[in-house]
Amino acid sequence: MTIEVRNIVKRFGAFAALDHVDLRVETGELVALLGPSGSGKTTLLRIIAGLEWPDEGDIRFDGEDALKQGAGERHVGFVFQHYALFRHMSVFENVAFGLRVQPRAVRKSEAAIRARVHDLLDLVQLRWLAERYPSQLSGGQRQRIALARALAIEPRILLLDEPFGALDAKVRKELRQWLRTLHDEIHVTSLFVTHDQEEALEVANRVVVMDKGRIEQVGTPAEVYDNPRTAFVHAFIGESIVLPVEVRDGRVRLGASDLDLAVDGAASGPSQLFVRRHDMDVGPVGSGALEGAVRRVRTFGPVQRADVALTSAGGETLIEIDTPRDRRLAPGDVVGLHPRRYRIFAAEA
Amino acid sequence: MAEAESATPTPTPTRAREPRNDALTEPRLVRYGIIALAVAFLTAFIVLPLVLVFAQAFREGLAAYVAALADPEAQSAVLLTLTVAAISVGLNLVFGVVMAWAIAKFEFAGRTLLISLIDLPFSVSPVIAGLVFVLLFGAQGALGAWLIARDVPILFALPGIVLATTFVTFPFVARELIPLMLQQGTQEEEAAISLGASGWRAFVRVTLPNIKWGLIYGILLCNARAMGEFGAVSVVSGHIRGETNTMPLLVEILYNEYQIMAAFAVASLLAALAVVTLVVKAVLERRLAEGRRQRDH
Repeated sequence: MTIEVRNIVKRFGAFAALDHVDLRVETGELVALLGPSGSGKTTLLRIIAGLEWPDEGDIRFDGEDALKQGAGERHVGFVFQHYALFRHMSVFENVAFGLRVQPRAVRKSEAAIRARVHDLLDLVQLRWLAERYPSQLSGGQRQRIALARALAIEPRILLLDEPFGALDAKVRKELRQWLRTLHDEIHVTSLFVTHDQEEALEVANRVVVMDKGRIEQVGTPAEVYDNPRTAFVHAFIGESIVLPVEVRDGRVRLGASDLDLAVDGAASGPSQLFVRRHDMDVGPVGSGALEGAVRRVRTFGPVQRADVALTSAGGETLIEIDTPRDRRLAPGDVVGLHPRRYRIFAAEA
Repeated sequence: MAEAESATPTPTPTRAREPRNDALTEPRLVRYGIIALAVAFLTAFIVLPLVLVFAQAFREGLAAYVAALADPEAQSAVLLTLTVAAISVGLNLVFGVVMAWAIAKFEFAGRTLLISLIDLPFSVSPVIAGLVFVLLFGAQGALGAWLIARDVPILFALPGIVLATTFVTFPFVARELIPLMLQQGTQEEEAAISLGASGWRAFVRVTLPNIKWGLIYGILLCNARAMGEFGAVSVVSGHIRGETNTMPLLVEILYNEYQIMAAFAVASLLAALAVVTLVVKAVLERRLAEGRRQRDH
């Protein structure tokens, strides 16, 4: 099942939660909607589910108009952020709910319902909890039951709102892996909302980065990480060093000095130079575009992390860089720095 | 933790039980004094009158008590009270749920106004409430004249009594449900809808079970007040003997006619209702607290 989102606009009063959003999700994909809170990602998910209606635009499932259907008719499995399990029903009844409320004509027999629920509980490996109530489950268990309940109706699309948001770090990691594996097994077109970049990059086939009701970039995890298309994406995903520069006459200026960097097609004007922390090469003075004095060094794991005061920028700008441990740095060292990879974006007005 | 500590014998048990409350712990004399005062007050103002009601009712023995209640006027009053309570509680059940639903699940203009309006019957004297209906449905009232011309009796008849009672008892169900439904939010309903349930099914299978205890609690209080209402009903009833006298009205009439024993016999029924209500209320409150605890987990 493909999902097509065309030119969707959604306003809450004067606030535009979604501002002309277009997106296409292919059959069997696992896509992450990634963005800070207020970026419109959850609103988009709810519109696709039919829990919210757009002010403008079109939603199509396999080419057919989804806006003609109510939430219940779309066959969309929705996993809520706080699970929204029915608190007065056992786990079994929670999962069975979608099957029991089907119109009499298509409803399965009681035996078939029981078999299906047990299959689903097996799938999420929680059959032994069938008679428990939601309040007796841990967060991770509730999450998996919520997923089993959503899958019961054999959804054409699976939507998950911050699926791991309310869990502690360890359970989160496990469930992430597990969702990935599950998706490989059942292969239903899935979209999940997250504000956690690691989650998005690790779980999804494709990542949709959103900000302020707009889509900033759509791409594979590698694409959005290595080739961020906008300043926002560069800053939001991964750790970045950001330097205020000016592009003029094909040269990049930082403070009073020209940097030995190619402009790379960036337009003239006030700009920002983005460099990943680990993309900054360290060499002797004069070897790179920038120069700085090492202030503090921390060594852990495979890298050493150093605070460097950039002399090129008047000595006030402190940046954090990651370098391999074989090149020992000590406080007081004066070094040359050269960005191996970098991007220049026009500064936001 | 506090319980675990008190289980092990310690030389100063009180201190061990509430180690952090030292600042709030008064000298023994003050503590007992306050408790004694509270108990004395409750005994004088609540327990004693209650005992007295039953003592007076049975003053002339069980046979006289039964005879007093078997009196046709008493029977008619009991029947009327039950009828009025059943209709009023039924109406308030429907309106209360609808009102709470509207306020808790939707955002609309005038929502806050509606919330404060719900409390109006509590803040208005019941006599005023009764008078409002007299003005509306009396022979001088516009609506009253029209209805009287069509031979539809409102005042001094069952409809008037039901209207006044419903007005006075309206807030109980809605008041109980609104905070409960606000706290529960709409996510479970959304989940039900997205799983293919119709609005009605989502209500019956998801919303109703979630508000069950609160609803019963509201109905209980509503019922107690409906059966006991005096002021508003007194204004609209017309006190027609054997016809429009509810139990509280009959108690007053009998008492004014110096039929003390009979008055207290009827009153004892109302008092018994109060005691039953109290017990059921205590049980329900425990249920509600349990439900709340479950949600917090």
